[in-house]
Amino acid sequence: MAVLNDPVRRAVYEYVISQGREVGRNEAAEAVGVQRTLAAFHLDKLVEAGLLEPDFKRLGERTGPGSGRPAKVYRRAPGEWQVSVPPRDYRTLALVLAEVVDLLGGDERAEQAARRTGARLAAPGGDLGETLRRRGYEPYPEGDDLRLRNCPFHVLAEEHPLLVCSMNLALCQGLLAGLGRDPDAARLDPRPGECCVAFSKNNEN
Amino acid sequence: MHLAQLNVARLRAPLDSPEIADFVNLLEPINRVSDDAPGFVWRLKGGEDPRDTVKHDYGDDLVINFSVWESRETLWNFVYRSAHLPVLRRRKEWFHHIAQPYSVMWWIPEGHIPSLAEGMERLELLREHGPGPRAFTFKDFYEPGADTGTDLYETAASS
Repeated sequence: MAVLNDPVRRAVYEYVISQGREVGRNEAAEAVGVQRTLAAFHLDKLVEAGLLEPDFKRLGERTGPGSGRPAKVYRRAPGEWQVSVPPRDYRTLALVLAEVVDLLGGDERAEQAARRTGARLAAPGGDLGETLRRRGYEPYPEGDDLRLRNCPFHVLAEEHPLLVCSMNLALCQGLLAGLGRDPDAARLDPRPGECCVAFSKNNEN
Repeated sequence: MHLAQLNVARLRAPLDSPEIADFVNLLEPINRVSDDAPGFVWRLKGGEDPRDTVKHDYGDDLVINFSVWESRETLWNFVYRSAHLPVLRRRKEWFHHIAQPYSVMWWIPEGHIPSLAEGMERLELLREHGPGPRAFTFKDFYEPGADTGTDLYETAASS
C-alpha cells in the first residue's frame, strides 16, 4: 500500500478507478491538475505495483494512416482487492470462522474446501513458481525443493496454526492439481519464520 | 523464568496395538527434534528407550508430554514450526478428541525441575478456572509476573 502514499499518485489512481473505463495520460493529467509527464510517471508506477493495467488504444475518431500511434491507456487491474482498496476486514471474519471450524472439529472439511479452492486458483499447465508468487508465497529454490519465504496467512496461522497450516498444505496441493501436477509434491515442512509448505522438485515432472 | 508445558491425550487403542504403531515409531525421531531444538531445557522421560512414554497413575490410555522451554517462542517453534507439526496433524488417528483443555503452560524458576503432580495440578487449574497467570495456553498467554505462582517453589536456582 506504500505505493499509494504519494498524494498525486493516489489522486491519479482514484481518478482512474472512479471512471470504470480506460483512461489516457492526458485525461488523467487534466483531472488531477498535473503535468502530463508526471501523470504518466505515476500511472506507470501503479502498473508496476499491479494496481492498474495498461493497454494501447486509438483515442481519436480517425483510423488508418495519419491517425497517429495508439495511446497508452490504463484501467483498474483485476485483483486489486488484494491491496484492500477500499478498506476491507477479511482478517477478523477469517479468525472468527477459523475458531468455528476448530470448535466444530471441521478441519477435514476445511482442508477439502482448501484443496478445491487451490485447484480453481491455478491455470492448467501454468508455472508453479509464478503461481505461488502471485499468491504471495515468495518461493525460492533450495536443493531439490522449492521453499516459501512468506506465509500469506500469517495472522491466522499464529492464532490457529494447526488448522491454517493444514488448510495451506491442502491449498498448495490443490494448486498443483490445478496446474496438472502431482499434488503429493507439496508437503508440510515448517521452519521458524517461513511458510509451512515445501515442494519437491523431483515430483514436478 | 522458564516455561513449563504439559499436555495429555487419550489413546484410541493400547500403546502396543497396531493402530498406535505409527505414533510409537514416531516417538524417537520427534523426541530427538524436541531435545535438539533451540530453547529446549528438559523433558520428562519414561525410561531409557527413546520410545518409552511417561509413566503415571492417571490411566493406561493417557499419554502425557511434559517439558520445559526457555521461552514461548522456542516452544512454539518446536510445536508448530518443526517436524512435530506433521505428526500433530495426525493426532486424530491415535487419540480421542478431548472436549476439555488438554494442554497447559506456566512459568517456573530457571533450574526448577517440575513434578508430574505439579503439572497435573496446573492442568486442573486451567480446566476449572480458565486461563490465568498460573495456568495458561498459547492462545491466552500470560507473561511472567507477580501472580505467576512461583511462591509454590521453595527456591529459584539463580537466587
